[in-house]
Amino acid sequence: MKYSIGIIFVFFLSHFVFSKTLTVGYGQKIVRIQKGIATCNAGDTLIIKSGVYREGNILVDKPLYILGENYPILDGVFKDEVISVKSAYVTIDGLHIKNSRQKTLDDPAGIKLYESNYVNIINNKFTDNFFAVYLQYSSHCLVKNNTIVAHAIGETSSGNGIHCWYSDSLLIIANTITGHRDGIYLEFVTGSLVWRNISQDNVRYGLHFMFSHSDSYITNVFKNNGAGVAVMFSKNVKMVNNKFEQNWGDASYGLLLKEISDCYLAGNKFFKNTTAVLMDGTNRIEAENNVFQNNGWALRLQSNCTGNVLRYNNFLGNTFDISTSGSLVSNTFDSNYWDKYEGYDLNKDNIGDIPYHPLSMYSIIVQKIPSAMLLFRSFIVSLLDKSEKVMPSLTPDNFVDLNPLMHSLKL
Amino acid sequence: MNRILKYVFLDIFQNKIVILYTLILALFAWSTLSLEDNNSKGLLTLLNIILLAVPLVSILFSTIYVYNSNEFIELLVSHPLKRSKIWISLFLGLSLSLIFAFVIGAGIPILLFSEWDKAYMMILVGMFITVIFVAIAFLSTIITRDKAKGIGISILLWLYFSLLFDGLVLFLLFQFADYPIEKYMVVLTSLNPIDLSRVLILLELDVSAMMGYTGAIFKLYFGSNGGLIVSFLLLFSWIALPFGLSLIKFRKKDL
Repeated sequence: MKYSIGIIFVFFLSHFVFSKTLTVGYGQKIVRIQKGIATCNAGDTLIIKSGVYREGNILVDKPLYILGENYPILDGVFKDEVISVKSAYVTIDGLHIKNSRQKTLDDPAGIKLYESNYVNIINNKFTDNFFAVYLQYSSHCLVKNNTIVAHAIGETSSGNGIHCWYSDSLLIIANTITGHRDGIYLEFVTGSLVWRNISQDNVRYGLHFMFSHSDSYITNVFKNNGAGVAVMFSKNVKMVNNKFEQNWGDASYGLLLKEISDCYLAGNKFFKNTTAVLMDGTNRIEAENNVFQNNGWALRLQSNCTGNVLRYNNFLGNTFDISTSGSLVSNTFDSNYWDKYEGYDLNKDNIGDIPYHPLSMYSIIVQKIPSAMLLFRSFIVSLLDKSEKVMPSLTPDNFVDLNPLMHSLKL
Repeated sequence: MNRILKYVFLDIFQNKIVILYTLILALFAWSTLSLEDNNSKGLLTLLNIILLAVPLVSILFSTIYVYNSNEFIELLVSHPLKRSKIWISLFLGLSLSLIFAFVIGAGIPILLFSEWDKAYMMILVGMFITVIFVAIAFLSTIITRDKAKGIGISILLWLYFSLLFDGLVLFLLFQFADYPIEKYMVVLTSLNPIDLSRVLILLELDVSAMMGYTGAIFKLYFGSNGGLIVSFLLLFSWIALPFGLSLIKFRKKDL
């Protein structure tokens, strides 16, 4: 007991002895932020008074806690990268960063981290930056509670909200991102968590994975983006409890999975997307307890996918539950609830007694001839579909759920 | 004219078949809309019934009614009345009573169970379909004096519009799958009132699946305000043309 009190006392002491707090800004002895940083020692706290600062590029080259009072505005006037961090153990808290330089080859950002580990970027606001937060070779960083807004028009003329490149062990938590190219972009990022973010109205993807393995994204909302989430060329990605909503349009998807393997998809809700999930070249993906509701296509499963398992999902009110591109089937459907199932359950065990073929003939026709959509819901098409259900000839007959549920799962 | 219209309307509305038709429509509508937990799904089931049953009843009932009122028409012709007035009031009486039956039977449950923009499109289209097939019935009755032949023509026309035409379109789609035929297909579809009505309602209901390239073209042609106006003009011409033709023939016909 005595020892521990002693240790705590020493810690307190060290705090008072080694770390100082410096206030800069309008009405203070030091007005310029860059000069304040130069004056500070490593480990100090730098408080920035509220106001508008147009200092050009600000370089943080030592471990600091930079705290804004009432969101001081750091304006890059579209000429500079606003803050460049080239040191580990930096925290940037409570700033409003706007108008970074746009459209150049060196990817300017609101805050850019250059090989800086253990950096926290929390409670900031970002407006109209090219990239808002850019992490480059930076690991163990936290990006939390930031509000990121831009007004991107095209894919080429805008950057990403949170861009991570060659990093590891990142935490990206509770950010709101709108109007960028990709909301969150991860390339060569491993062991990271994306949690409780809201990404909407972005030009391309809400969240984009490239070559990023062993990551998770949990309880995020992706709404009204070009496509909700794109996971490409990655392994071991866990996707749990996210919402994919209103991703409308010609080539628009709730979730786009391309060339990925060994991923887990559970508890997600897909609501009103043109295509809820597109699987292209995916291997060994387990999808369970997801809800697919009111989508155009719930699942587009290209025939180059193998070993995927779909079980205990709800398919409700989708125009087409499944469509595919070929006749090869090496995926498993088991114990899903399909609202189009018309079978019966004599022994009352909640499992339909006859198997369900989720692939309708018409969805195959539409896949081949898109303009056949013109005859959708016409009498002759329902007739053809019915006869195909009884005697499958065009649709692969092993495309089947052997244990379709009679009642929807409570998800 | 008003008096003839009144007679026809009252005569038809007391007709047991029309009452039965109203009841059956009501039964279908209430059961599908209240049984399905998903409102859109219920409307879609109902859509199939409307696009199949309403044309059939309209065309058959009208054909038979016109043949049966041959003596009544001859009686009217002997009075100092314009022939066109007789024909028009007969047409209006039939159309109005069948529309009335449709609105009472299917319109009320649709209005009660679904959102306004879907409901009004459904009811409007149902009304149009009714009148269109009454007009087609008038044309087929005027073509031939023989009752059996006339009814046969009506049934064939119904079969053509609700089944054969779609089969034909599907066949063409398969044949020309490699060509960019979307636009021509849209034009072709608008040549069938049932298909046109179906697409109009689907654009209100199933927007998701209608997306994609074809969907975009649909939206462009049918979904915009201009497209809607064109679509309804087309539907209207499906009333005006057959009935107009039958009217010209009726004026000159030797009864």
